[in-house]
Parts: sequence; structure tokens; C-alpha cells
Amino acid sequence: MSTITAPARTGPAVVSGAGRATTPGDLRRLVGRALRREGRRLDALFVNLALPVGIMVVFVYVFGGAITTGASGLDYVDFVVPAVLLLSAGYGAALTASNVAEDLHGGMIDRLRTLPIRSWVVPTSHVVASVVRNVVTAALALGAALALGFRPDATVTDWALVLALVIGYVLALSAIAVVWGLLVSSTQAAEAFSFIVLFLPYLSDGFVPAETMPGLLRGFAEHQPITPMVETVRGLLLDQPIGNAGWTAAAWIVAGVVISVPIAAVLFRRRTT
Amino acid sequence: MDEAAIQARGLRKSFGTTRVLTGVDLTVPAGTLLALLGPNGSGKTTTVRILTTLLAADGGVATVAGHDVAREGAAVRRAIGLTAQHATVDDLLTGRENLELFAGLHHLGARDARRRAAELLERFDLAAAADRRVGTYSGGMRRRLDLAASMVAAPRILFLDEPTTGLDPRSRAELWSVIRELLGAGTTILLTTQYLEEADRLADRIAVIDHGRIAADDTPDALKRQVGTERLTLRLQRPEDLPGAGARLSTDADDAAPQLDADARELTMAIHHPDQLRDALTRLHEADIAVEQVELRTPTLDDVYFELTKAAAA
Repeated sequence: MSTITAPARTGPAVVSGAGRATTPGDLRRLVGRALRREGRRLDALFVNLALPVGIMVVFVYVFGGAITTGASGLDYVDFVVPAVLLLSAGYGAALTASNVAEDLHGGMIDRLRTLPIRSWVVPTSHVVASVVRNVVTAALALGAALALGFRPDATVTDWALVLALVIGYVLALSAIAVVWGLLVSSTQAAEAFSFIVLFLPYLSDGFVPAETMPGLLRGFAEHQPITPMVETVRGLLLDQPIGNAGWTAAAWIVAGVVISVPIAAVLFRRRTT
Repeated sequence: MDEAAIQARGLRKSFGTTRVLTGVDLTVPAGTLLALLGPNGSGKTTTVRILTTLLAADGGVATVAGHDVAREGAAVRRAIGLTAQHATVDDLLTGRENLELFAGLHHLGARDARRRAAELLERFDLAAAADRRVGTYSGGMRRRLDLAASMVAAPRILFLDEPTTGLDPRSRAELWSVIRELLGAGTTILLTTQYLEEADRLADRIAVIDHGRIAADDTPDALKRQVGTERLTLRLQRPEDLPGAGARLSTDADDAAPQLDADARELTMAIHHPDQLRDALTRLHEADIAVEQVELRTPTLDDVYFELTKAAAA
């Protein structure tokens, strides 16, 4: 190789120019990497960009005419928006499982672990990137809804609370996805998480009123985490009372984060030593 | 640096009930290349993973760049670069983006990171492909990028785990020349390989690892003397002649008995000098043992193993 002419060691200028280890800086670089990866994967782009718009269109135009919104008396587009927001953002968050598994099984983790960085920064970067991506996804879904006739009636505070809830939801789900990604033995198995997450909103009060479901499903729909979140977002955006739904939703989110983060930390340590 | 760049004493590691390392001792003086030679499953990668802080040993001590790998992992990581067996670069990023990312994670400033990446791409002959995604690279290019990624912080000590496995001969030769350059510039290298030829060409010393322990640790020349510069295989016409032929050819004082393969009617022995070939054929001829086929070849890892384990058993 004739091009290899420079001496192997560069002068100390470059290397001693190395600054102090900065964990926020490391996190920022790895989040940048994770987002860049997502931007280059067709499946991820599809999930994050096309899916929210597609689902919104399908529900409003295809199913919407046939579905009754029951006692709420809402237009279907108004009724379904929160569910589509959470479905799209959640599905995107579920991809975190595959991203973590890919790093773990693809060998990238070995490179990262021999770098002078804190190892927890690696899974954390996937979670942060997931939050960024999926807030954008939720915004797209919202944009599609507005174009299809969704007319929210919400104050700035309401919007801020909706944003906080979406961020919290994506955060909790991404953290759980990290646990899943660390538990499974292959990238393919990691993808199964998406299906669970995709399915959950359908069994909630989000797409059809829970009161129209048969007994057992109805019981499930009323007590699973998506329902209070949907009800909270719906109440905030349409200026309706939300009762306890807000607190229930917040409790689910906090529980999701508080339980999955330490598990993820232990698993990550175990899987990488 | 007076002390050894890499030193391991009695490294042990088990996975469940499988004892992968049963006591590995290694010393790599600064600025030299040690080849850790062994087949799959002999413990090469496990040794490298322990020395690079990726894996904790069950027992034994190891220091890299003067730091204990178990207690001073961060200091060790600052001194080393690792090119693992599987590619450890990001397929979805370009070569340049990969190197800039790793330079950033080594805490080089943005401008220094860019300069370092450009410099490495140039040096490892990847400048033309710098802005293509790594997913489109050939095996040899990936390996070079991997090596470049390990060199981002100009480490004094480099671990290369089977760097040429799966490469075509040309890429292998290119990688060898890169490794020689690094060595020439003063880098200490521990390289694992399954190929005796590779170890022979690059290493100052070769440590042969077998079932989790070092079976031999010597210079390439000394090891080759032990194994023989050539391997002679003789196929006999009559299987019943085999034991007699073996006895006749094992009279040389400095050599252990030839290796006999009854099923193939073959006998294999080390040849250090062309005269030995003539001598062997003459002896068989005198004993009226008919030879059907003669084959001379350079020793393989199997031969090294056979000789070393035979020596250990004796």
C-alpha cells in the first residue's frame, strides 16, 4: 500500500489535544450517531415518517365512517387523534429494542467499550435519540390530523402537558425496549417488541370506545396503560374533563421508567462483561 | 518503558463448566509483536477480551501499559486500541463519520477529530471511499477501517484479534504491511491468528495457545526448528509396512517419532534439511518398503500442534 507513508504515531499535538472526558459530550455524539443511523434506514424512516400519516388517514377516512364514538359524541377524527399519536410514537420507540440488540450482537459494543467513555452512555443514547425521533413522529401525526379536519381546543399549558406526556410515554417505552433488546439473543427477536407495542393501543379506549368491547377485553382496555394516556391527551386537546386519567397516566409512565431503568442498567452490565 | 507493555500471569476463565483459559502466561515487551497462535476455541479471543478489559478473568493478573486490567480499566483503555474479530464499525455511517465519531469519543476537539479522521483515511488507503457507507465496503476495506478506528488515539498498544481471517490474499498482504508500519513506528502489538504463516511473517515471538494454556512461547525461528522447515508425507503401498517404516525413520536422535496414519497408509515427519529426504527414502528402500507417493509441504498449524503437544506429553 503505497499511500501509507506517514509515521504511525502522530505528533503529540493531536493526541494530547484530547480534552477531559465529558459525559454529556459523549452522549451528544452517540445520540447524533443514533439519529444519523435512523435517517439512513428505510424501515426506520417509514415507521417515523410515513406510518403516522398513513395510520391517521386510514383511521379517519377508511374506518372512521363506520366507527361510533359512543357516549363521547365526538367526531371520529377528534376521537382517534390521541390514539394515533401514541401508536405512532410508541411504535417508533419500540425500534429502540432492535437498535440496542444490533449494537450488542453486531460487535459495535466492543469498540465502544474500549473507548474512555462511561458504558451506560451507549444505551442511554438510544433512548434519547428515540425521544427526539418520536416527538417528531407525533408532531407529524398531529400535522396530518390537522390537515384532515382535527380541530383542537387547547391552551398553551394543555399543549405543554400533551408534549410532556408524549415525551414521558416515549421515554418509558424506549427504556422498556432497551430491557427487551438486552434480554433477547438476536436482532430479529428484538423486533418482536414492536408488535406488542403496536397491538396495545388497539385494545384501549383509543380507536373504539371501550364500552363497545366484550367483557374481558373491556376490562383489559380500561386498566391498561394506554387508555388513561389516550383519555388524558383527548381531554387536554379537546378541553374536556380528564378526571383521574392524568394521574393514572403519569403513574404508569413513572413506573415504567423507574422499573425499567435499573433493570436495563443491570442487564447492560451483565451482557457486556 | 522498561517493563513489558503487556504482561499476564496465570489467567483463568471459565464459562459455566467450560474451562476456556487454564492459566495463560504472556509477556510482550514494548515495541514488539507477539502472535498468539491457536485454532478456534483455544482461548485466543478470551485472552484478548480479558487484556482489553472487556471481560473479567476468574483468576490471575494482567497488566497492560503498567495498569492492572481488573482494577484500572479506564487507564488501560486510554492506552490501547482493539480490532476485534467481528467488525466493530458502524455499517450505516461512512468511513469518515465512523472515525470522527470515535475521535470525538476519545475527546479530541471537533477540528482535531476531523483532521485525525482525514489523516487515518489517507494512511489506511480509504480516502477514496471515505464518504461511502461502510456497508458498501469490501472485507479488506472494513478491516482497514477497523484498524484505523483502533488507531484514532494513537495507542501505544494495539490488540488485533484475527485481523486477516476471511480476507483474500491481496487484502491480507495489505493489512500485513499496515501492521508492519505500525510496528516500525513503535507500537506494541498483540495479534491473534490461526495461520502460522501470518505469525511467522509478522511476529517477534509466537505464543502457541492450546486448550487455554500456552503450549510454547518462542521466536518464529525456534518454533520452526522444532516443527521442521518442511513436512514430509510418505504413502506406503502396503499398510503392514507402516510400523516398520516408522521405526526406521525415527532413529534420528534429535527427532521424535514420525506421525503414523494407518488408514491412509501415511507417515509424516519433519524435514530440516534436503538430505533427510534422500536419507529417508534410502532407508525405506533398503528395508524393501515400497513407497507409493511422496509429498513435501510447509508446516501448518496442525503440525505445530502435533509437535508441541507431543513434546508436552513426552
